[in-house]
Amino acid sequence: MTTLLRVEGLTRLFGGLVAVNKVDFDVEEGKIIAIIGPNGAGKSTLFNLIGGTISPSSGKVFFAGNDITGWKPYSIARAGIARTFQTTALFEELPVYVNLVIGHRMRTRSGLWDVILHTPRQKREKNETTAKVLEVLEFTELGEYINAPAGSIPQEAQKRLAIGVALMGNPRLLLLDEPTGGVGMGETDNIIALIDRIRAKGVTVCVIEHKMRMIMSLADRIVALNFGVKIAEGDPQRVCDDPAVIEAYLGECIA
Amino acid sequence: MAGIVRLWKKFPSKYGKAGIIVLVLALAVVMPWITSKYNVRILTLAMAWAIAALSLNLILGYTGQASLAHGALMGIGAYAFGIFAERVGLNFWLALPIACLVTAFIGLLIGLPSLRTKGPYFAIVTLCFNVIVYKVFENWQWLSGGIQGQVVPQPSFLQQRWARYYFVLGCLLLTLIVMHFIVKSLLGLTFMSIRSNENLAEATGINTFRNKLLSFVVSCFFVGLAGSMLAIENGQLDPTITIHLNSFYILIFLLIGGAATLSGPLVGAIGLYWLLDYMKKIGIKGIEEFRYLFFGLILIIVIIYMPRGLVGGLKQLWEWMKSRLKRRKIGEVPE
Repeated sequence: MTTLLRVEGLTRLFGGLVAVNKVDFDVEEGKIIAIIGPNGAGKSTLFNLIGGTISPSSGKVFFAGNDITGWKPYSIARAGIARTFQTTALFEELPVYVNLVIGHRMRTRSGLWDVILHTPRQKREKNETTAKVLEVLEFTELGEYINAPAGSIPQEAQKRLAIGVALMGNPRLLLLDEPTGGVGMGETDNIIALIDRIRAKGVTVCVIEHKMRMIMSLADRIVALNFGVKIAEGDPQRVCDDPAVIEAYLGECIA
Repeated sequence: MAGIVRLWKKFPSKYGKAGIIVLVLALAVVMPWITSKYNVRILTLAMAWAIAALSLNLILGYTGQASLAHGALMGIGAYAFGIFAERVGLNFWLALPIACLVTAFIGLLIGLPSLRTKGPYFAIVTLCFNVIVYKVFENWQWLSGGIQGQVVPQPSFLQQRWARYYFVLGCLLLTLIVMHFIVKSLLGLTFMSIRSNENLAEATGINTFRNKLLSFVVSCFFVGLAGSMLAIENGQLDPTITIHLNSFYILIFLLIGGAATLSGPLVGAIGLYWLLDYMKKIGIKGIEEFRYLFFGLILIIVIIYMPRGLVGGLKQLWEWMKSRLKRRKIGEVPE
């Protein structure tokens, strides 16, 4: 197994607050890694640091052997790390299929001159994009919403669409920030099934999640954070039995 | 009668849209022969403003960045054309594209720093650039010709009023066609993704700064064309063409007509330009300036009741009527 993502001593300060404190972990190719921790533990900040939305105060991020620390978000996306956001981010007034088309845009090159001169390249890339859109529509089971504005479809379908947009660029690593957040218990099965299918395709997944039952069945490995510090790492059962994790979630008195 | 009803039902289809385009185009072509010379001149100027509104539509309507420097850039296009055609003595067909390219280049220089800012800050920064450009043109006599202004030569084939009308019409159609291609392309969708959610676009692998800059520069190219058209029609220029008020005129034409549509800027610019001129004519001596009061009233009403502009509002009305008709057909009682 090769290491796809390596995080080394990653630290980020917000004023005097240490949001992420010297976090190290590795993500192996083809695995599903879950990042857990109470609210404010620094999970989303960690994703923002890996995705390039904010730059680290110190520490390094390596992806497929390259040092990607301090790269712009679009360069990191092109390198093969796709992500979704905690508050579902979509191009809300645009139709579902247009959302997907934009997700594939970084893999196409046609620009202004292709538009004006109607080059064969533009035509070819449009066909490629259409084929990819149909593939992802089927993969995420969003076919029924194809023409609806992304903001108007049900919350659970929006979550799947956000994952679909991320998949359009053929990523090697997918960062999912609470893929079932804000979705009712009965509706999470669709999303869990989708994550399973993504793993089956060979895409590595790194997921932030609160629903422990879901994590236990899905994840190969768990990283637990509290107050920005990594407090446990390992296979699901071990992390769940770890006293530090129980304490972080339930408080001292019960532990 | 039944035929008309059937045709009416088919109206919003592709077929109906093509019909409207052909009708408007035919009307535009015969216009110089059925209306007064004065109206032809007003329409020519209005079409030049429509090119400016269409160019702002690319950066504001589709890319979501509210530029308030378009008045200055239109003036730069007009002056560039005037200077290259008169003082440098270039051939008309050379001076026109050079004027547009000069405007695009100045747009690049303005866009590089100002597109680093977002939202209302971008509007403020570009407005500042507009004021700077106006002050430069006002005070740098050698460049602008001061109050005397700059003479713009009209080539022999544009001496006639109707010839200028058709020339500006041609340029307007060219602008429309290019905008149509851009909007329908992957590039156009990229621009719209930035308007919709810039952070997500960036996380999806789109270099948002580069795309915004491209949209801005293309927009400046066409606003330069609009300025050149105004210069040709007027035959002379003075520094007030670069004033920031013109930025607001372009903005108002676009917002009232309907941003992010291709027909909106046309309807807004031509309709409002004509209306403003008409109100000037009917004004009673002494209270002519009251037309701005009416103008303001129209602006407020449209923005409150039709946030997507006249064209957007009409589209909404049409959808509403269609759904009502459908419900009636099914037999439901419309509320």
